[in-house]
Amino acid sequence: MCGTCGCGEEMKITYRKSGENQNSESGHSHHHYHGDHLHSHDHDHEHPHNHSHDAATGNSIIIPLERNILAKNNLLAERNRGYFEGLNIKAINLVSSPGSGKTSMLERTIREKGAELKCYVIEGDQQTMNDANRIEAAGAPAIQINTGTGCHLDATMVYHAVKQLDMAKDSTLFIENVGNLVCPSMFDLGETKRVVIISVTEGDDKPAKYPDMFQTSHLCLINKTDLLPYVDFSIEKVKETALKVNHQLEFIEISAKTGEGMESWYQWLNDLRKM
Amino acid sequence: MHELSIAASIVEIVEEEARVAGASRVENITIEIGTLSGVMIEALQFAMEEMMLTTSFSGAKINYDIVTAVASCEECCSEFVAEDLFKVCPVCNSSKTYYIRGKELKIKSIEVERDN
Repeated sequence: MCGTCGCGEEMKITYRKSGENQNSESGHSHHHYHGDHLHSHDHDHEHPHNHSHDAATGNSIIIPLERNILAKNNLLAERNRGYFEGLNIKAINLVSSPGSGKTSMLERTIREKGAELKCYVIEGDQQTMNDANRIEAAGAPAIQINTGTGCHLDATMVYHAVKQLDMAKDSTLFIENVGNLVCPSMFDLGETKRVVIISVTEGDDKPAKYPDMFQTSHLCLINKTDLLPYVDFSIEKVKETALKVNHQLEFIEISAKTGEGMESWYQWLNDLRKM
Repeated sequence: MHELSIAASIVEIVEEEARVAGASRVENITIEIGTLSGVMIEALQFAMEEMMLTTSFSGAKINYDIVTAVASCEECCSEFVAEDLFKVCPVCNSSKTYYIRGKELKIKSIEVERDN
């Protein structure tokens, strides 16, 4: 089993542009970063000098490490973030359950504001090129990451995908994470902002059931508002619950289908561009 | 099942540190884990058992030090134990609170044996 994501050992993570059939990258697979300079000794930890107190067993010593288990991902995420900042790229990590309408929302955004925002997209899914193909058809360059059975994107995957995207300065990168409201919350990708999407066809208790994602996000898009007359979904309840988890969370209600509310979303993106 | 990724990182760090220390055997691994770290301990235990099978320290004992989450209120500065992510201040009922502890996820120490 793959050490990192639980996929079969032979399973490869692939990075493909729309239209490419085979793995465009030798692309191996594991999320281990083998660059020499990122071997993160958190140098704030004490090195093992206090083992004078020889344990009774003789050669047995306790080595204090105090090493953050996610440090490697976090370091690489910061490296991505530095690259984005250097080129004034605003990177948005889009997270949600499957079926919330992330790709439809992106298609509309690209069609209506693609030129202005200079959009690029990284698509994360376990399988298929479907989403990257949809994004390319809408008019933005896209890279599809297929994680195999992996349940989230991590900073290494984004690092590899970004290298293939060759982004222009002052552009906007949307990273559509694997549809999963649990696992992606723990993995910083180096994004500028994290945006969680919930659709009104889901339960309005989603923020109560999956609080981590709402706690780590900056903006919550409430999608499919055109369906509100047909479902029992209280926008107020969602907001109230989510604000208990994260009192700084912002909300924008949209319908990617009808376009309602999309102007507010574009305004939010424009404001972000000015930051 | 992001606990597998976490377990893989733990194994990688322990292997590296044991090598640096010239250890012949790893006896104990102590992991500090906050109650709101986002990691389910049972899932991590399961993942660790699987991940360690192919290492030189498959027999090592793992201790899980649980850190109870504590939040602080921005409004009244009270500190209180946070049972979950809905950390409403029990004193003034405000939701404007932030964590002081509870998100920890680190390897505190390893106990190793050396040949010399």
